[in-house]
Amino acid sequence: MSLHQTSPHDDETGKKLGMWLFLYTEIILFGGLFVLYAVYLTVHTEDFVEGGKQLDRLFGLANTVILLISSFAVAASITAVQKSQKGVALGSLAASLLCGLIFLINKYFEWGHKFEIGLYPNSERLLDGPTGQNIFFGLYYVITGLHGIHIVIGMTVLAVAMAYVQAGKITPTRFALLENAGLYWHLVDLIWIFIFPLFYLII
Amino acid sequence: MTDKAHIISYKTLLMTLLALFALTGITVGASYVDLGQLNVWVALLIASLKGTLVLLIFMHMKFEGKALRLSFISTIGFLAIMIGFTFWDIAFR
Repeated sequence: MSLHQTSPHDDETGKKLGMWLFLYTEIILFGGLFVLYAVYLTVHTEDFVEGGKQLDRLFGLANTVILLISSFAVAASITAVQKSQKGVALGSLAASLLCGLIFLINKYFEWGHKFEIGLYPNSERLLDGPTGQNIFFGLYYVITGLHGIHIVIGMTVLAVAMAYVQAGKITPTRFALLENAGLYWHLVDLIWIFIFPLFYLII
Repeated sequence: MTDKAHIISYKTLLMTLLALFALTGITVGASYVDLGQLNVWVALLIASLKGTLVLLIFMHMKFEGKALRLSFISTIGFLAIMIGFTFWDIAFR
């Protein structure tokens, strides 16, 4: 048994199961918000459609593509680590971090524009307008905002994993940290996959 | 599982990414066709397909053991109960 092999005290499956248990709570957290969305959609269908028309599809589509690419890059970094291709692993992690950054910049411009035209929580335009649209934008800010926070946390975790790869602490036999960071990032992507059609593509 | 971890090839990952792009295109396209009530169901169906691809390949679930598979399915089951009971409540108010 060489030094790089896992010692009897390591439990790679256990580490992953722990991460998944946490991800289940995240699924229920966002799931609850989606239930709220679904119920209000059935009550205020017309207003939700009007609200959806005021969101920019191009921003939504661009961010969808960006997150899909970043998820691919993170998955590729794990394959690279397993194949002992450190350079590829670092490169793909850097690419996924860049994608996360572009996502946040897009979000900044998107939200900024909404604020400019008076579409923000408690704005006069929303308070005086139809109730359903106020609810639609309320949910839009809560869900995309919470998702945005997850992007920031995910980027932080990925950056830590990247530093560990650089330092040689993540090896072809011990990569649970990178794998768990990746799982978190994929979950953030998974949630966006549902946000995109529900908010941006509703007609 | 721990002794010899499964490696997903770059090719498989790339094919998954391309499939996800294609499904994104389809969901955007479908949103321009007026299907009435069905639109949201079509959108959810395509999103679920995309989610399944991310889960099975990117998140490696296809190659995991029973503990992860069953616990994931149970979570989705609880989510379904939460959604189902909420609508059950709403429908009879």
